[in-house]
Amino acid sequence: MRKDKPAEIKVKTFATHHVITQPNPLRKVLRRVDEKDIDDPVARAEQALAGLSGEFRDWMLVEAERLAAAHTAILKNGFTHKAAEELFRAAHDIKGDAATFGYPSAAVAAESLCRIIEHAPDLDKVPPELINHHINAIQAIVRDHTRLDSVKVATELSRKLRGVADEYLMHVNRDRPEHLEAILAPSIVPGE
Amino acid sequence: MFRIDFNKLRFLVCDDNPHMRRILRTLLHSFGAREVYEAEDGATALEMYTHYVPDIVITDWSMPIFDGLELAQMIRQPESKGNPYAPIIMLTGHSEKRRVTVARDAGVTEFLAKPISAKGLYQRILNVVASPRPFIKTKTYFGPDRRRNTNNTYIGPERRVGGEVEVLQQPSLLDKARSGV
Repeated sequence: MRKDKPAEIKVKTFATHHVITQPNPLRKVLRRVDEKDIDDPVARAEQALAGLSGEFRDWMLVEAERLAAAHTAILKNGFTHKAAEELFRAAHDIKGDAATFGYPSAAVAAESLCRIIEHAPDLDKVPPELINHHINAIQAIVRDHTRLDSVKVATELSRKLRGVADEYLMHVNRDRPEHLEAILAPSIVPGE
Repeated sequence: MFRIDFNKLRFLVCDDNPHMRRILRTLLHSFGAREVYEAEDGATALEMYTHYVPDIVITDWSMPIFDGLELAQMIRQPESKGNPYAPIIMLTGHSEKRRVTVARDAGVTEFLAKPISAKGLYQRILNVVASPRPFIKTKTYFGPDRRRNTNNTYIGPERRVGGEVEVLQQPSLLDKARSGV
């Protein structure tokens, strides 16, 4: 929105703080519409998103390859700070994007992997198979996505991986209350 | 019932993931937005923020160079030459309560946990456009009022003193993150 002139800012001063108010600079973009107005921007956006869905499988393959590459680098050079960060970033992106792309089980497995990287006190001491199973599960979920019989397996696989990872994290963080609290806290993401 | 004229709004989207940027761009354009600027890291976003003066910033948390949290902190500099009041919507895969609190204390206006939905994004934008909160400046904080409820019984160390409680009734940032809309 173009700003013709800056809105007038008012400051009320109190003992410990200032309260700053200004006329709503975005008010001009609000317009009142009739209830029966058939234009629904959310429906329009959902339709546009559905139009993109043909590309989701390719995008998911790119994300899974990035995760595999990050893991390969760790297998080769160990958990350097940079390598761990890249693995976390790749897993974190899958955690955030996969459900939108139609791969909710991959998102669950990726979240579990993120938790390991974030809360394990020493990544070099994490059993390598725990990391490997997460990586392999995500790759398998993405590859076999079109097979109808794989959906149930993927859900179960991700759930079990999360269980094993949580058990490990609770054990290694038993003397680290701040991590334990974060591990046990429920996710704020609404359930499906 | 209110609608937003998205074509009058200027957005800055900051996310290092090109797929997420594409999704955000698609959603915003289909809402009706024309001006959507994109950055793939916090440093570029800050530069674009100063240059394009967006009305609303939508940022990811985890990004290279500096992240979305640092971006929010840099925007919320009361003495800066740029606009420190622009609404900031943090869209992130981080889904823990602790993160919402940290984001709130960095001056983030709204928090939206991934996976993204058209409805969730629209509601956040509608909220920052229709119900802006006053800004609060203390020794340690500058940003939108973090109080969402009137609680006169609170007597903890962070209680502000010296004035009547003036708050807009809204669900807490955490409750909104949990509800997804």
